[in-house]
Amino acid sequence: MAIEVPFAMHVPDGFLSPGVAAATAVLASAAVAAGTRVANRDLDESRVPLLGVLAAFVFAAQMLNFPVAGGTSGHFLGATLAAVLLGPWLACLVLAVVLIVQAFVFADGGISALGANVLNMGVLGALLAGYLLIGARRLLPHTRRAFLGSVAVVSWLAVMAAAAAAGLELGLSGTVPFATVLPAMLGVHALIGVGEAVIAVAAAGAVLTSRPDLVALAPAELKARGGAAAPAGELEGAR
Amino acid sequence: MRRVSTGVFVAVALALAVGLATAASPFASSSPDGLEAVAAQKQFAGRGELHPVQERAPIADYAFPGIENERVATGLAGFVGTLAAFGLGYGAARLLRRRAGPPPAAPAAGGPVP
Repeated sequence: MAIEVPFAMHVPDGFLSPGVAAATAVLASAAVAAGTRVANRDLDESRVPLLGVLAAFVFAAQMLNFPVAGGTSGHFLGATLAAVLLGPWLACLVLAVVLIVQAFVFADGGISALGANVLNMGVLGALLAGYLLIGARRLLPHTRRAFLGSVAVVSWLAVMAAAAAAGLELGLSGTVPFATVLPAMLGVHALIGVGEAVIAVAAAGAVLTSRPDLVALAPAELKARGGAAAPAGELEGAR
Repeated sequence: MRRVSTGVFVAVALALAVGLATAASPFASSSPDGLEAVAAQKQFAGRGELHPVQERAPIADYAFPGIENERVATGLAGFVGTLAAFGLGYGAARLLRRRAGPPPAAPAAGGPVP
């Protein structure tokens, strides 16, 4: 008996084999546990409300589906923006918080599949985005333009990585052949990723203007601009 | 734009999130999204099922229960969900911060012994 279950971008129960669900849950739990450890060490007082605000913003933005080609919609993922503002590990926690609320309160995304969703969006989304941005910061000039450019590119890559991971999990589960699901997932999300980049750059730019010190992954030169010298690099989880 | 205090920043950002979720979500695209569209097109959407825990999800499908007007139901769901996400995120951060101990704690404080 197949029930039509409405869900958003998230993998519902029934799509993944028990083995894939269990393996992804183990990986996701390990990442979240590591994230809480980083939070334990690095979370300063001013970022406590920020973590809540990011979770609220990501939840809100994930409700705002925008149309992309062919009667399909996409929505903001928020992984890269969270990483920009909080660093990779706290961003992973933000995504996990949002996914937990969505699964338990809104029945959006499965319970058995929660690990897969956290892995796709929190780990391959936020953690990957955070470390890519840290890498980009080493290579690029420390200007606003270069920084926001890296946010745009990484936003797109994070969406593609999350989509590819979901496709791989579906393929591994035997739900649908890899050759069918991977091109389809990547094709749709190549467009959604552009929307993601636009929103992430706009939001990161606004914070960079109003409170540059709150942009964890911005180069120190940009963070310090506008006064109140912030203890540089305190919250990045990596150097 | 000039620099704002953390309190003002948090208040404005939270108001923006709640406002968007409440007022804009009823008008968001209702077309199937990325994964949903692929699942329908490649014919595995029917495999989706609700976990028993989710049978009693308070606001299933982003429709606040007992409200006939679809847009109002979605907006209310957005309002509640955004505050819930804020509460859980804030609460988790507060809890982790408390475990971390007072601000000037030694770097190794609370960490497991290697």
